[in-house]
Amino acid sequence: MLLTEKQIDFMGVRKIAGIGSIVLIIVSIVSLALNSLEFGLDFTSGTSVRLSYSEAVVVQDVNQTLRDNGYEDAVVVTFGSDRDIRILLPVDETVAIGEQAAQAVIVGESIAELLQSSSGSEISLLGSDYVSAKVGGELVESGGIGMLVALAIIMVYIAMRFQFKFSVGAVVALAHDLIITLGIFSLFRIEFNLNTLAALLAIIGYSLNDTIVVSDRIRENFRRLRKGTPLEMVNTSLNQTLSRTLITSLTTLLVLFSILFIGGESTQGFAVALIIGVVIGTYSSIYIASNVILYMNVTREDLMLPVKEGAELDDIP
Amino acid sequence: MLNKYPAWKNILILVVVILGFLYSLPNLYPDDPALQVSHELTELSAGDLPTIMSALEAAEVNFFGEEVDSESILIRLNNLDDQLRAKTAIEEALGDSYIVALNLAPTTPAWLQAMGAGKMNLGLDLQGGVHFLMEVDMDAALTRRMEDNLSNVRTILREQRIRSRGLNLISISHLEVRFANDDDRSQARSELVEGFPDLQFQSREAEGVFILDMRMTPAVALQIQTDTLQANRTTLLNRVDTLGVSEPTVQQQGSDRIVVELPGMQDPAQAIRILQRIATLEFHLESELGAPSLSYETYLYDGVPVNVDNDVVLQGDRISNAVYQLDQNSQPSVNLSLDAQGGNQMNRATRDNVNRRLDILLIETKSRTITTVNEAGEEVEDIEFYEDKELIMHATIIQALGRQFSITGLTAREASDLAPLIRSGSLAAPMTIVEQSVIGPSMGQENLDQGLLGVQVAAGLVVLFMLFYYRTFGMAANAALIMNILMIVAVMSSIIPATLTLPGIVGIVLTVGMAVDANVLIFTRIREELSEGAPAQKAIDAGYNRAFTTIIDANLTTFLVAAVLYTIGTGPVRGFAITLMIGIITSMFTAIVGTRAIVNLIYGGKSGKTLSIGSYRMKVKQDDLNIAAGK
Repeated sequence: MLLTEKQIDFMGVRKIAGIGSIVLIIVSIVSLALNSLEFGLDFTSGTSVRLSYSEAVVVQDVNQTLRDNGYEDAVVVTFGSDRDIRILLPVDETVAIGEQAAQAVIVGESIAELLQSSSGSEISLLGSDYVSAKVGGELVESGGIGMLVALAIIMVYIAMRFQFKFSVGAVVALAHDLIITLGIFSLFRIEFNLNTLAALLAIIGYSLNDTIVVSDRIRENFRRLRKGTPLEMVNTSLNQTLSRTLITSLTTLLVLFSILFIGGESTQGFAVALIIGVVIGTYSSIYIASNVILYMNVTREDLMLPVKEGAELDDIP
Repeated sequence: MLNKYPAWKNILILVVVILGFLYSLPNLYPDDPALQVSHELTELSAGDLPTIMSALEAAEVNFFGEEVDSESILIRLNNLDDQLRAKTAIEEALGDSYIVALNLAPTTPAWLQAMGAGKMNLGLDLQGGVHFLMEVDMDAALTRRMEDNLSNVRTILREQRIRSRGLNLISISHLEVRFANDDDRSQARSELVEGFPDLQFQSREAEGVFILDMRMTPAVALQIQTDTLQANRTTLLNRVDTLGVSEPTVQQQGSDRIVVELPGMQDPAQAIRILQRIATLEFHLESELGAPSLSYETYLYDGVPVNVDNDVVLQGDRISNAVYQLDQNSQPSVNLSLDAQGGNQMNRATRDNVNRRLDILLIETKSRTITTVNEAGEEVEDIEFYEDKELIMHATIIQALGRQFSITGLTAREASDLAPLIRSGSLAAPMTIVEQSVIGPSMGQENLDQGLLGVQVAAGLVVLFMLFYYRTFGMAANAALIMNILMIVAVMSSIIPATLTLPGIVGIVLTVGMAVDANVLIFTRIREELSEGAPAQKAIDAGYNRAFTTIIDANLTTFLVAAVLYTIGTGPVRGFAITLMIGIITSMFTAIVGTRAIVNLIYGGKSGKTLSIGSYRMKVKQDDLNIAAGK
């Protein structure tokens, strides 16, 4: 359990790490461009089939029947009473948009027949509609704007508290984490739904937290230590914060894995996205943010206090 | 001594802990599934409760704790499964005009309720319920406004005795007036320009006709849309209130949509019945005798046919309020308030028409299913929207009316029915439901149970880890962690009435993981100080002090991000952001002040040298070994 004094030369491999990250980012962007994301029903259009049973429905049975007959992605929910259900199906991409509504009617009838044949209950088809995803588009848009605004505010804050070079480092690290996480989602065809969107936002918070802690130490060391090159200072800082970085990642991962295995189906996407994000965020706080800061030639003068601004903060606890 | 909190600080922390505990307590009392029965229009009668009770007995549903007031009856049931059965039974027994709403009744003890402590609101994903997305017909709103302008232009021209050769509505933002000569047009223009600051005027000639174009500017159109959406939202809120749902949400989304969420509700059809009563109001004058038959339509009022002139005197959106009151003679009346322009219009229309009748039309957009035959010759069911107009007031104008006037000569019942009808009818534009979804209560319960289990296991693992890794200090951090969860729950239950959603639960779980970060930062700092040879008391103080700036910087930036997400996001993003923000604030308090208090209590008074903070002791040994080895 002992973390010894041994200095790890993190920045010694900064070029390799940099190249590795650039490759990952390019792969992610290419994959996003080619594959796009596997959007869930939250974002895409789909078909909604409403059925009414003469007796109470067991949703699990309906689910099973649908799974066994090629409707793997169907989502079954009850609505109104215990006899009415709604089945949501993702959009059939082989059908032209203009035909979707007509297709929905056909799908509805075939599902009604299918379920009728496997159920003792009398089933009537209440309706089947094509649901368009206008809503999703708006949400993606506002989510995107949200991220940009958040990034801008972070940059201003860090520039004020630290220095502009640190803002760039933090934001590059953030963008790095987000792009690669999205890239992994795209590459492995993991469903992207509203929960995953929330997870992406959480990754911003997490990655930022990590980066700030490291930057804080770098700032402190620049001010405190008289000798040493910027590269040595950054290395020392990374080593000093390493145990904290690892422990926090560990506790967060403990939490995320318990959500993944226990939290139920609806939070799994969230947990997966965050686990990916935490791993990448931990990596980027060590290799990316510091790398960018060094690349921008951070100097001791950048961080010298004009007046002792942090004085009152330092004394509070 | 260096590490001692003053008594007031310890007391403050103790008070916060106790408050956190008390205000999160109500969440331990599970709600009873319940049904709320009310009548669509009137008060309940004395015979309703026995009818309900015998219906439930016949359906073999166990119930208890009936609460009766004049507005509604609340009946508690044993489990959620009974709810739908009981609802069906009651509906069959009472008939269509009653509203039976699924509900949850709190079981919190009275003394906690008296303190203002309540439960967290659960979102649709955790509780089940109905979700609607309503789209506001903005074109209709703009068209109505222009029609309104058109009839005002006509009135002004008539009053000023300017002859026009026709008024036409060209588009939803453009109307034209035709004149025989330039003089008439310029006279009209100078008369009109003041009365319509919202419109831009332009003159043109075509085929020997002198035309005055009046156009609505985009800025004005945008303003109307904003106002319309706001008005619709307010009206929806009022309507949703009649559904008896405990915590409805009516939220604006985008530029022309409104999200309505009705937790606990399972019957979209019933909600639609209320929400779809999309109504607007129009004031018209009664048609004069001998008027051309194309200029009026005939409606029935109390079974008597009434001819109502087609010109709109005033649109319903000019009504700012309608209240039922007793006038100075203790006679029931409905008092109407109009906005400034509405007052002018009303005055202009009524001052020359004293003793004529003023009519109010309630126009409801309703939907019906129609069957059409498509190209393939198949029958397709489709939903068609149609307007249903009803004459709800037919009253004689006694004097010129202005911004405030009252409708009298009604029975108490008529007056009390008319006021809400006018209020709900002053909705600015028709709405249609573009999306509806229902989340079953069992699915919600499953999400909730699994989410909570996730929180428990996650917290358990983190607690074990911290204890193992940081020993006594880990214990302090764990106490802070539990305190933190209590405080988040307390804040979300009582102080900020936030709604807990599934992403919100995950937000709490994540806070659990990240909240220990502050303590990890502090403790690693203390270890560093110790390994550099600092004495125990100084190491504690320096550790807390040095970690403080880092913690502030890290948490403040994350808080800023959460705040941005909350402002911009909707639905799940908001739910997540709110828990994250609350978690950051409470965790800063518990992780910094809370653990410090515990550490101070344990180590503050002692002059001992060793701290139980994990591997540091081993490190000292190693240093000793190094010294012994002469390194």
